[in-house]
Amino acid sequence: MNIPENLKYTRSHEWLQLLDDGAARMGITDFAQGEMGVLVFIDLPQEGDEAVKGEGLCEAESVKAVSEIYSPVNGSVRRVNRALEDAPESVNDAPYDAWMVELENVTGAEDLMDAAAYREFLKSEGHE
Amino acid sequence: MKLIYERAGESARMLEPLDVPALRPADGMARKTELKLPRVAESEMSRHYAKLGRAAFGVCDGFYPLGSCTMKYNPKVNEAMAALPGFTDAHPTQDAPGCAHALALAKEYLTEITGMDDMTFEPCAGAHGEFTSMLMVRAYHLSRGDHGRTKIIVPDSAHGTNPASAAMAGFEVVPVASTADGRVDVEALRALVGDDTAALMLTNPNTLGLFDENILEITRIVREAGGVNYYDGANLNAVMGVARPGDMGFDLVHLNLHKTFSTPHGGGGPGSGAVGCKAFLAPFLPGSGDERSIGRVQAFGGNFLVVVKALCYLLALGREGVPAAAEAAVLNANYLKKRLSEKYACAAPGVCMHEFVLDLTRLRQETGVSAMDIAKGAIDCGMHPPTMYFPLIVHEALMFEPTETETRETLDQAADAYLKLFDLAYTDPEALHNAPTTGSISRPDEVAAARSPRLRYEHTA
Repeated sequence: MNIPENLKYTRSHEWLQLLDDGAARMGITDFAQGEMGVLVFIDLPQEGDEAVKGEGLCEAESVKAVSEIYSPVNGSVRRVNRALEDAPESVNDAPYDAWMVELENVTGAEDLMDAAAYREFLKSEGHE
Repeated sequence: MKLIYERAGESARMLEPLDVPALRPADGMARKTELKLPRVAESEMSRHYAKLGRAAFGVCDGFYPLGSCTMKYNPKVNEAMAALPGFTDAHPTQDAPGCAHALALAKEYLTEITGMDDMTFEPCAGAHGEFTSMLMVRAYHLSRGDHGRTKIIVPDSAHGTNPASAAMAGFEVVPVASTADGRVDVEALRALVGDDTAALMLTNPNTLGLFDENILEITRIVREAGGVNYYDGANLNAVMGVARPGDMGFDLVHLNLHKTFSTPHGGGGPGSGAVGCKAFLAPFLPGSGDERSIGRVQAFGGNFLVVVKALCYLLALGREGVPAAAEAAVLNANYLKKRLSEKYACAAPGVCMHEFVLDLTRLRQETGVSAMDIAKGAIDCGMHPPTMYFPLIVHEALMFEPTETETRETLDQAADAYLKLFDLAYTDPEALHNAPTTGSISRPDEVAAARSPRLRYEHTA
């Protein structure tokens, strides 16, 4: 399972990359994309939307089901990766390159898991 | 397979020449271009539809344990009764006392079975019944001047149509968590309800095939908060004639006559999503005649002949047969569950109701064979696969609902086949990745089908 060391993780399987200017990018983990199966649609927010930690930020539809993707932090949407709308399967191909939303004025990142803790969390949930 | 448009060619004409004056549309009314209809010989058309029929798989072809869909056998006597000219020849605006009597009888029996006071047969299928119910909830609260009830509580194990119907009716959907054993988390529910609660939507037994023992407390919590308790009748087959939603504290019920009451479904219906309610909601029913009615949701009382088939089923089973069918459905599910648990892991331990869920997470970790692969393998065993990847709270879910109409021999054959597939996952996983090899098609490209479906035939030239 690919779990990059430089990212932060949520229990709902989103990753967060803190950028130098206090902003952050988020997407879903390798484990999440594997569970969902090949994505066929992705519903992204608008620039300027408010993101609330733990609440729905994006929606992804795979061949199995529609899943809510939660915001790992509070913030406001600065940029959206519109390229995913035409190629949602790139989330499956490269989950850590396929960022979904870039957030600014980020708060609430302190209690996210690091890579080691996320690996432990997956193990405790029965996923090796 | 060729489309009917692609089966070109005409045989000798068998139609007599026109012997009445041809009618020409008025000037300017005729279409300018030729209507592109398929032109095929009758023999070719016949073969075309016979081939389509062979490509389909129904309850008359084999075991069809599609969980949450109640694919029970549909007795042919239902069809014979619904085809009586007195029913088929009646015009909807005609005074037809026989038809009215059939509807009244069906209403009498179904309100008795559900513990409701009144019922409409207008909705055309389950989700339409849910939507109708949600519109009634809305109308009820608004009629009392209560404008703050904007939220519908739906368990995270619910059928996907529940949140969709609530959202379509203009409500905000609030999920309530399940406990580790798959039932509604009562304390979480207590914390969720309030002045903004419009209704709870609940299936009991739930999608894991479990009867919620806290049902009376659950409905009391919602009632005391001022909300309506709505029962999704999708799983009524487990309890029909045994336990009544009305006695569990529900105020509003939708039934899938095309599932529980043995009328055909799959492949487009038609279905019937009857909605029953307690007396205080009756004024809001479609066609109630009261000014508070939500209005029509379908013309002429719904799919009348489907109701006739369901009535025929009820008359055939009678007071003893209805609960006996439910008990046999539960027994069959437990029998199959017990046999499959020899090798497969179940999502919930112990006795189930009419359906159960296998959790193939471990099988997938150890062999790479997924729930999808096992389901595809079942096709090569001459069976329809079970429901896959539902409920969503189980990761590698296969959901079985054998129904009461399967024999013990059929259940044993199915169990043997699934136990063999389990072993095959360890000895030859590649074979399962490539299944099915005997179906009319193998694995369709689901991604392409979802992303760029071709729904129309494009005429060349």
